[in-house]
Parts: sequence; C-alpha cells; structure tokens
Amino acid sequence: MYSLDKLPLNTIGYIKKIYLSGNSRKRLIDLGFIKNTKIKPLYISPSGDPRAYEIRGSIISIRKASAKEIEISNTFLS
Amino acid sequence: MGLTSKSTGSSIFNENLDSLQKSSDLVIALAGNPNVGKSTIFNALTGLNQHTGNWPGKTVSNAFGISNYKNNKLLFVDIPGTYSLLSNSEEEKIAREYICSGNPNITIVVVDSTNLERCLNLVFQIKEITSNIIVCVNLLDEAQKKGIKINLKKLSNLLGTPVVGTIARKKKTLNNLLDEIIFNSKINNYKNKNNKTISQKKLDNLLSKTSDEKYIINNINKSASICKEVCTYKKENYNSFDRKIDKILTSKLTGIPIMLLFLSLIFWLTIIGSNYPSQILFIFFKYIQEKILIFLSFVHSPEWITNMLIFGIYQTVSWIVSVMLPPMAIFFPLFTFLEDLGFLPRFAFNMDGFFNKSGTSGKQMITMCMGFGCNAAGVVGTRIFESKKEKIIAAVTNAFVPCNGRYPFLIALSTIFIGRAINSSVSSLISVLAVICVILLGIFLTLISSKILSRIVFKSDSSPFILELPPYRKPQFFKILIHSIFDRTLFVLLRAIQISIPAGLLIWLFANIKINNLSVLDYMSIFLDPLASIMKLDGYILTAFILGIPANEIVLPILLMCYSGGTSLTNISDYETISQILIQNHWTLITAINVMIFTVLHFPCATTLLSIKKETGSWKWVALSFILPTIFGIIICIIL
Repeated sequence: MYSLDKLPLNTIGYIKKIYLSGNSRKRLIDLGFIKNTKIKPLYISPSGDPRAYEIRGSIISIRKASAKEIEISNTFLS
Repeated sequence: MGLTSKSTGSSIFNENLDSLQKSSDLVIALAGNPNVGKSTIFNALTGLNQHTGNWPGKTVSNAFGISNYKNNKLLFVDIPGTYSLLSNSEEEKIAREYICSGNPNITIVVVDSTNLERCLNLVFQIKEITSNIIVCVNLLDEAQKKGIKINLKKLSNLLGTPVVGTIARKKKTLNNLLDEIIFNSKINNYKNKNNKTISQKKLDNLLSKTSDEKYIINNINKSASICKEVCTYKKENYNSFDRKIDKILTSKLTGIPIMLLFLSLIFWLTIIGSNYPSQILFIFFKYIQEKILIFLSFVHSPEWITNMLIFGIYQTVSWIVSVMLPPMAIFFPLFTFLEDLGFLPRFAFNMDGFFNKSGTSGKQMITMCMGFGCNAAGVVGTRIFESKKEKIIAAVTNAFVPCNGRYPFLIALSTIFIGRAINSSVSSLISVLAVICVILLGIFLTLISSKILSRIVFKSDSSPFILELPPYRKPQFFKILIHSIFDRTLFVLLRAIQISIPAGLLIWLFANIKINNLSVLDYMSIFLDPLASIMKLDGYILTAFILGIPANEIVLPILLMCYSGGTSLTNISDYETISQILIQNHWTLITAINVMIFTVLHFPCATTLLSIKKETGSWKWVALSFILPTIFGIIICIIL
C-alpha cells in the first residue's frame, strides 16, 4: 500500500483511506485528514521519527506507525 | 501553565465560580482550538482580575475573570482549548458540559485568522448546542503580515453567527467584541430563555453523532468551502517565513543544537541574573531581622521564643525566599516567552524519536525543561499529555532533572572541589562541565526510568503522537512579564513561605533540643551514618537532604549548620569559608562528586510531591516518585 510514510518530502499526495481506528482516527479526522485532502510532508525530526505534514493550512506531525496506516494517492480521486 | 494554589495542594484563594456567576451581569464562555490566542484574549479582557485554578475535581486548568465594561460586570470563563467536542478527553468533556449546563449567556469561539479552515469544525459543533454564539476572528495582525484578508461580513452570513475581528493588543477591537457581546445578550434575552433541558437535548443530539464520521467530514468540507469564499491571499507562499524558521529549528544539523542553545541561554541567564537580587534580598531580610530583634527585646520576650521565631522560623523563611524568588522571577518569564513564540512544540517534535524509545513522547521534553526551573511546575505542566500513562511517567520522573533550588549547591561544590582540584586557567570551565555532566546523568536516567516504568508498570505500547506545530507568534513581552510574575512566581513565593514556616520550626527544634548533650540532628546523623558510609557520604549529609524535603534550597545551609554546631541556618556564601568547613569535616573529592550526584538523584521536594498527588490522583505514584530517584542515587553513590 502506498502509505503516507512513503510519500517523499515536499511531494504532494492525496489521502485515500485511513486504516487507523479509535481515538487516533477520530483526532486525525477532526484535524481534516479525510479523503481527497491534499497533504505534503515537510520535515523529518532530527531524532528520526515523527514527520511534519502540511494539511489544510496547518502543520501536523505524526509518527511513522500512524503514517503507515494512511493510504495515499498521487492524484486527486474522483 | 496552571501553577496555582489548587494545583499544588492548598486553597488560599477560594473564589467561587458559582457565586461569581450569580453576581455577574453576563457570563461568557471562551472556547476555541488550541493555539488560537484564546488565553491572550482572555488576559486582555480580564487583566489581573482573574483567577486560575482547576475545574472542580479535575486536573484541567481553568480560568475565570471579570471585565467591567460600560457598567456591566462580565464574567469570562476560559474553556479548555479543543479541536472538537466529541471525544472522550477530559478537555472536551469539560468544554461541552460547560457550554451546555454551565449556562453561559454567550459562547465566544475564538478562531485563528491565519488558520481559519481548521478552526471552523468546532464552530459548527458548538452551534449545535447553543445559538448564543459569537465567532471571534483573532490574530488579524498576523494575518495582515501574511497578506491574508478575511471578509468578516461574508463569514458572518455564511456561518449564520455574529463575527468580530480582534487583535488582542488593540483595545478598540476588544471593545468591539464587548459591544457585540452586550448587544447579542440583549437580543438573546428576548429570544430564548436559557433552558437547560433544551441545551441538554441538543448536546445529546450532538453526541449521537460521535461515531458518525460523515458528520465531521461534512463539517470539514463546509469549512473548506467557506474559507475559499471568505479568505483572500495576497501572497502565494504566505507561510514561507515560518517555514524558514522551522527548517532551522528542526533540521538534522541545526535543530537540536539550537534547541540546546536556547535552553542553555535560559539556564545561564537564570543563574547569573539571580545572584545580585538574591544578595539584595538577604541584606533586606537581615535589616528587618535586626528590627524584629530590637522589638522582641523591648517586649522582654523570653530567649527561647526569640530564638525559635527569629533563628528558626524567620531565618529559614527569609533564606528560602531570597534564594527561590529571583531565579523563578527570571526563569518563568523566559520560559513563557519561549512558549508563546511557539518553540516548544518544535522541541517536542525534535525529541520525540528518543522519547518514543523510552515509551513516552516528545512532550516530555517540555515538562523536563519546565522541571529545570521548578519540578513542581514541571509536574503541573504534565497536563499537556493526553495519554494518562505518559502523563504519569513524566510526572514521576520529573525530579531527575535538577531544579533551580539545586544549582547553587551543585555549582558551589563543583567550583570548590573540582575546579580547584585542577588548578589552571580553565578551572571554571571544568566546574561548569562537571555540573553539566551531572545534569546529563539526570536526563539519561529520566529516559531509563521512563522506559522501565513504561514496560514494567504500564506494560503497554506508546500512545499515538499527533502534535500540531502552530504558527510562530510575536509574544507580548510586558504581558508575559506581568502574568508570569503573578501567575507563577508570586504563587511559588507563597508556597515557599507556607512550607518554610513549619520547616524552619522543625529544623530549629531538631538543632536545639538536646538529649544527653546531643541534638536531634546528631541522633539522626548517627542513625543514618551506616548507610551514608557505604555511599561515601556522612550522616549529616543525608540528614540535611532529608530535612531539605520542604525545599532543596536549604540543604546546604542545614549541612553547614550541622558541621559548625550552630543552632540556626547559616548564611555563608563565600566559597572559602564553605570549603574550610567541608574539608574540616573530612570531605574529599569523592564526597563532593557523590553529593553532587545525590543532589540530582534524590527524592523530590514537598511541593513537587504534593503536585504529583494532585496531578496523578494517587499516592502510589507519589511513593514511586520518591523511591525511584533515591534508589538510583544510592546505588550510584555506592558503586562510585
């Protein structure tokens, strides 16, 4: 699955589906992580893990473990 | 950040939200996402007329304050910042319950004009519970700097609610907001009397949508389309300046060094800056002491009472205040400054990888940094954690990081024993390095203990980490100064006085009650001597640490008092004298090193212990926080 953690830095992707459940899922959706949302990885932490993503005008950082569960498409889905 | 009498155990200030609600003309709830400048608006409206504390029975900070405007007494209640109202976190529960059953006349939702899209989800949800709502579009000056223009009138039409634009430091905009509040409350009074049953029904209706993702998705899409219509961007890359700073603060090369640089700067300014004010306070208190002594001899007060009051209580209190107050008054504003700039989330982002391996998250970096100023503040700061497990671990391990009260002792010992042992031009550099080493040991053990706690005590994996990196903001220097001083520093001062009065009494009694020519202190030291010897220390040292539980600041004075057979705390600040006393009492380099280690690795002070009880709710975590650093300290001292 082409997931968010594989999206290279400064490349735009579109969210296809979120495979997380429970509180993480809810929180991500509250923050605008929904289908067809444009998302772009901006930075990676010097300690290796969380990456920071630009989404809907904000910057949200999440760990690889969560990013792995977010499926990404390179193009806008209809 | 919520360092108040209630959060650390005593309720000196007992203003009651309920009674204020009844006596005010209007009650206004202030809601909004985190990082939208809600607190700045709240502070601007209520000034010093505010009270910070906790929501009853919870460890979530609340604040309420009064604004007197055009003959109206307006009570503002600051609701916790939340992204939505529908999840199970403490903050969201409190937010939705207050808006519903707290019966505010108006609910203001503060939104960030530079980040409008994300903020509207909450507006829609709040609209479902109450129709008495005003949207406050804040940070208009930041928006202007970024070339973002918002059509407030159109926004109001599309949202169906009144909208007011504000800039927290421009009084005129705040007055507009206040006018709108008064105007709307008059309208609402005619429309619908606040009916609790109706509100509750609306809340239940909203909560039924909790599992309904389509509802939220719909909100988000609505927000996006409204923003498209209402916001115009003059610059294509309006955030490019913020991004440049981000790159510097989070890059592999410069991220962590710059972070350490800022923290060291605060550290250094605190130590250097507090020297002179502490001396002045000492002189001032000495002066008052003379006057009190004269008075007491004038009223023929018996000697033992005079001694107890002055040489016991007064000296302890004045010592603690002189040593505790200046560093706090410098550290807290500096730290708040860093906080308001928006740097702290970047620090958490930088360190999360390391903390993740210890079973917690990068946010622990932030509470550790607060702990460098004051461990109690660090513990109260653990409210930033959503995960209970991470919060407890951060609170219990906070004392591994040495607080302001321990630096003077560390620096003195390092200068006397380590710096001077290496008699060269770099001796002061070496002493600084020695202190840094001991601090690094504390940090290293924080990570180890966190890992142990995470695996053995909690047996679960880390919680998910979702952290917003908010836009950088220009902090308001003067406001920070005032609020840090009143919110945190004065509070610490009061706490210090409260604790030092009984502590001073106890210490004086222990030093002066003699049985068979030995004081209680001597007996304590004899009792502790076996343990102390295997730690390469002596009984008096351990006694001093134990009696230093009220405040780490008094460990050195107690020790000097024990050694010089004195009966009251001795204020000796010149290293020569201290050095002589210690050496006369068989101190060697090893003793000094071990004492430095034990200074960093021993039980937390009383205020911190109380804070841990308040924040975690259970005495077992307090016990753990007491035992954990102490055991490490004992073992390492034995081994070395």
